[in-house]
Amino acid sequence: MSANRARVVVTGFGATTPLGGDVTSTWSALLAGQSGVRSITEDWVDSVPVKFAGVAAVDPSEVLPRPEARRLDRSEQFALVAAREAWQHAGAPQVAPERLGVVVSSGIGGITTTLSAYDTFKEKGWNRLSPFTVPMLMPNGPAAWIGLDLGAQAGVHATVSACASGAEAIGYAMEMIRSGRADVVVAGGTEAAIHPLNIAAFAAARAMSTRNDDPQGASRPWDRDRDGFVLGEGAGIVVLESEEHAKARGARVYAYAAGVGYSADSHHITQPEPEGRGIIMAMTQALTDAGVTGQDVKHINAHGTSTPAGDVIEVQAVAKAIGTHPLVTSTKSMTGHLLGGAGGIESVFTIKALEDRVVPATINLANPDDGIEVDLVHGGSRKLPDGDIAAVNNSFGFGGHNVTVVFTTH
Amino acid sequence: MAVSEQEILEGLGKIVNEITGIPASEVTPEKSFVDDLDIDSLSMVEIAVAAQDEFGVEIPDDQLKNLKTVKDVLNFIQA
Repeated sequence: MSANRARVVVTGFGATTPLGGDVTSTWSALLAGQSGVRSITEDWVDSVPVKFAGVAAVDPSEVLPRPEARRLDRSEQFALVAAREAWQHAGAPQVAPERLGVVVSSGIGGITTTLSAYDTFKEKGWNRLSPFTVPMLMPNGPAAWIGLDLGAQAGVHATVSACASGAEAIGYAMEMIRSGRADVVVAGGTEAAIHPLNIAAFAAARAMSTRNDDPQGASRPWDRDRDGFVLGEGAGIVVLESEEHAKARGARVYAYAAGVGYSADSHHITQPEPEGRGIIMAMTQALTDAGVTGQDVKHINAHGTSTPAGDVIEVQAVAKAIGTHPLVTSTKSMTGHLLGGAGGIESVFTIKALEDRVVPATINLANPDDGIEVDLVHGGSRKLPDGDIAAVNNSFGFGGHNVTVVFTTH
Repeated sequence: MAVSEQEILEGLGKIVNEITGIPASEVTPEKSFVDDLDIDSLSMVEIAVAAQDEFGVEIPDDQLKNLKTVKDVLNFIQA
């Protein structure tokens, strides 16, 4: 661990997910092994081959004041709800505006707004569009609204790397604090992509589960009968802070955001590289960056999306880069895959696992696939050991993006 | 179909409340959108778009900037 670099601590977190409208309800549902996946009832469901999704448990437009909600894309609504929870959880830190930053990402941005605005344009004409159409569809919109809400002036950013976007945002936020650009950064990911076009497009890529007769059993990472990912929606946000700043204000520290590693497969635009070289590189760099060894890592919140191609490659890479000993889980078995929001909520879950010393089990994992040597948590949650430990969150995205974030208790 | 000024006022009050959160009861004829109700120019565009849907009256941009009070809008819609 480098001694002359600011250490980054986690002082707050928030989330709104298919399992609950906040972290507390989501976390207890995860520990209870509940699925947030449900049948879609909208009239467009007959036009797509997938008839279920991880719909948010609490509709954000019912939480936010109506005048505010109507100016926001659903991805922005989720982000603001989670960011406000995180900010309050952190004790609403007193920080100079020029020392406060935001890095919040989405994989697809305001696509529902884009599509519905195009319908309005075609049917009624340009002058019937909301003047807020552009800020609703722009992918930096969630970050920008949070920045406005908190008065952040140190820089407001939105890193985009498909399903690695949320984790990349947290990595970028860590680097903002380490480099001295900011004392406090609100970071994470959001996504609201449950729209027939997205489902159709992911189905066209043959990436989605079509287990229509058993929606809650559809997301089954590492199981022999997995047949694709399940689309989820929501947001997960953390408040990161320099250790010095957090200590000076007497803030409670939930974990250290100790290291981050990035790589690109440079192999195929959607398929994972079969040897997992890029994933190994991201994990190895993240451990080095965090100053921990593979033995220190006791838990991994895996990317584990339930696709036939990706799941086993990831855990084989884990065995090579870290070892077979960590308790590995995929919370996507319960939330579905939040795309750009995944790295946000799963970082929150990784931090909660360290705080409570417990790892939620992967559900629907009846028959683990061949070639898996790591310790997959299934059939019930498992305890983490006492003492100084580390945990890892992996996020990978279409385009070959790999991001690993390391959190520690010390 | 003739719509009374009172009906238009009530419809406008609902629109303003939906867009800005200002209570509909505060939307009275003598109020200025900018000075009294603190409504900015983009919100005025939103109100104009909603009013077009509600009352079927086109409000062009060059007219919109002349509609300074609630009474101005009532008169425009009734004209």
